[in-house]
Amino acid sequence: MRKTLSFGFLASLVALVVCVLAGTGPALAQEAAGFGPAPVLTAADYPTVAGVNGRLVIWIVAQLHLWFAAFVLAVPIFVFIIEAIGMRTRDKRYDDMAYEFIKVSITAYSITAILGGLLLFSLILFYPHLFGYLSTIFSKSMFYYALLFFGESAVLYLYYYGWHWLQGDLRKWIHLSLGLLLNAIGTTLMLLANAWLTFMMSPAGVDPAGVFNGNEWEAIHNFLWNPINIHRFVANIAYGGSIVGAYAAFKFLTARTSQEKAHYDWMGYNANFIAICALLPLPFAGYYLAAEIYAYSQQMGITLMGGIFAWLFIIQAVLIGALFLSANYYLWCGMGRSDGARRYYWAIKYIAIVLIGAFLVWFTPHTLVLTNSELKSLGGPHHSILGPLGIMPAKNTAVNLMIIFTFLSFLIYRRSNKVATVSWEGMGNTLQVALFTAGILNILFLGIYHGYFTNTVYKVAASIPQVLTTFVVIVVSLVLDSFIYRGARDVGPLHWGRIPDRAQYALFLLAVAFTWLMGLMGYIRSGIRQHWHVVDIMRDNSPNAFTPTLGYAANVVSVAAVIFLTLVIFVFWIAKVSSVKTLPAGYWKE
Amino acid sequence: MRLPRLLQAALVLVGVYLGFIVVFDYMLEAVIPGSLLTMYMFFVTVGVFMVFTYDEERTRELVAPIKAMVENPIYRGARNTVFIVIPLLVGYGVYSRTLPSFEAPVELRTIHPAPPSTAKIYGERVNLLTLENPFRHYQTDDPEIFAEYVQEGAAVYIENCQYCHGDKLDGKGPYAEGLNPTPLNFQDIGTIAQLQESYLYWRIATGGPGLPKEAAPWISSMPVWQEFLTEEEIWKVILFLYDYTGHAPRSWGEAHDAGGH
Repeated sequence: MRKTLSFGFLASLVALVVCVLAGTGPALAQEAAGFGPAPVLTAADYPTVAGVNGRLVIWIVAQLHLWFAAFVLAVPIFVFIIEAIGMRTRDKRYDDMAYEFIKVSITAYSITAILGGLLLFSLILFYPHLFGYLSTIFSKSMFYYALLFFGESAVLYLYYYGWHWLQGDLRKWIHLSLGLLLNAIGTTLMLLANAWLTFMMSPAGVDPAGVFNGNEWEAIHNFLWNPINIHRFVANIAYGGSIVGAYAAFKFLTARTSQEKAHYDWMGYNANFIAICALLPLPFAGYYLAAEIYAYSQQMGITLMGGIFAWLFIIQAVLIGALFLSANYYLWCGMGRSDGARRYYWAIKYIAIVLIGAFLVWFTPHTLVLTNSELKSLGGPHHSILGPLGIMPAKNTAVNLMIIFTFLSFLIYRRSNKVATVSWEGMGNTLQVALFTAGILNILFLGIYHGYFTNTVYKVAASIPQVLTTFVVIVVSLVLDSFIYRGARDVGPLHWGRIPDRAQYALFLLAVAFTWLMGLMGYIRSGIRQHWHVVDIMRDNSPNAFTPTLGYAANVVSVAAVIFLTLVIFVFWIAKVSSVKTLPAGYWKE
Repeated sequence: MRLPRLLQAALVLVGVYLGFIVVFDYMLEAVIPGSLLTMYMFFVTVGVFMVFTYDEERTRELVAPIKAMVENPIYRGARNTVFIVIPLLVGYGVYSRTLPSFEAPVELRTIHPAPPSTAKIYGERVNLLTLENPFRHYQTDDPEIFAEYVQEGAAVYIENCQYCHGDKLDGKGPYAEGLNPTPLNFQDIGTIAQLQESYLYWRIATGGPGLPKEAAPWISSMPVWQEFLTEEEIWKVILFLYDYTGHAPRSWGEAHDAGGH
């Protein structure tokens, strides 16, 4: 473990040195001479190194770095929360679980740093002028980024290695504060890196020729910075939860004793809970980002969702649906832990019908793939019934319903082992039904009326009350349920570990679908710049300045996902190996 | 008598499949595309699997007939039949899918290619990101003049566009049958209602030849209307398109309600 950690330090040291040399060096020179326009490049300005395709290398390495970074940024967020819960409840199981989560992320942290170093070198080698231009603008933030990386490493090691040392009243508080500091640094690192990539999409602080006005904050605080920040922050938590869930599933399936199975079942449940909590608001964060991209540039917006990348969005819709389905399936399977769950089994098929129905609407494409005979029969490429399902109002309605019914699955899971004792239980349940009915009707009304019978301003605006409706239903229902089940008695003890192996594969599917989804959507986000390094400012004139075919892009992302998942299995295995001890008989002197 | 769960699952799948066919192809008379039906059925099957297997007891019931068929010697005849028939069916499926036919290959066409940020129209480079319809403001400033412009746009449309796009703007003009892809249906909520006016201006002015590379293969027969119409005529036609269909152009500012007919 220590050896891999030292790789992390080494990589951050390399990152710092390279940043200082490549980033701040030209910046200082520029400041002395004033800032020049964005370089106009020719194909000769893109070096060929060892005969490899530079774009492919950057693409795969950046994606791998991002996956690991998302994971290692997310884990400390929920480890901090779980540790705090443990402190409050004084239940040591939470503390042990938080420690195990951070243990999994620590090897991943080293790999993140190594990949970050590799990405940096690759950028300097394959796209030296682009990197030079960006580093003149972001000289300070790149320098601070490298410094912060040291801070992140130091705090992480203290947090991890000091876990058992910093136990007890004051010491535990110090430890929790370290967790908070770790998250603050990690989030700042992400915000800085986000600024560089969003600058390439929606440049600010530069004139049309790319001449920098010297105000780095303006360049950081560009149009798409905050939408990406929000989207990534929420998505990272969901992703981190899913990867840790996959770890728990892996440990569950390889567990030898019923105690071990019970422990990892509990861990998997908590990880899935974290993933679902972050998954529920994620479509809204994504919608906000897409709407902002559209607001920034109609061209980018149409390229994203109506043009060349529209078909990848259908794959995205399918994967998001797969996430919802596997999260729900895991909850339903988990109801078997309680002896009182049978009371609610009748509801599952209805939840499934709505989920699948909404899912079908969610991925129905706007432009249908039609054979000639179908085209003739329909009289054109637009389907009178299915066509309207292809646009955003239908998608928004569908996803809100999927979220509400996923929440309903969670609600019946929560209720399955409890018997309410309050006298007004019947009225409380009636109120719950009324709340859900009113919410669903409102979502349908907003989606159908505003989506199809008003203009685009209202159409887009209607998505906000839809989201608010979903939010109100969830919050009010949770509050109401907590009152109904105040002082409730348990049906019996929960049988942790009594869950079919199939449910563990649902956790694997969650992690794999997330990984693939992030890869595809990351490609689309980057790809909508098309032939620009920095949109409308710095043109990509390399031989690779074309948008690859969808099949090629999907293959690259899939290969990268396989590499990532292989590395994740390695991380899981390392975490397992670290606790294995071999006692070789007769090897050491007595 | 309760049906065996495996049969229940199979009946649900067959029922949903036939339901799609009956509702779309016969009741609504709008055929459901095969590609979509395949996707739909895949996820309906996933849903059925989820509902039938979330509980151990139900799962055991579901797979019991399969298990019995594979393991119980009494069902040897049925097992052998299934083991022969299923590979044959799969083989037939693969064969019929790969068999060359006279059907033209399915195209993944981009109906709404992204506009460039600027385009050369009437000899000038215009910025499509900021371009606005010069007559749109009359809708609120002077509705009478606006109505006149809409009428002028209607006349231009009837003289030039209705042959393909139809006198009801539904893409069913007299020439529409001869074109593939067929002309766009402006009444559809998924066409002009989703677009800004500058997009329409670009598409009308530069026509098929002005399509960007991402719309390849270029098979649009839309003429380059800047060679036949004036700039004002194109903007007035756009007013008419929105006015007649009752749609409003996509915008980010204050909402304009289009007065429909």
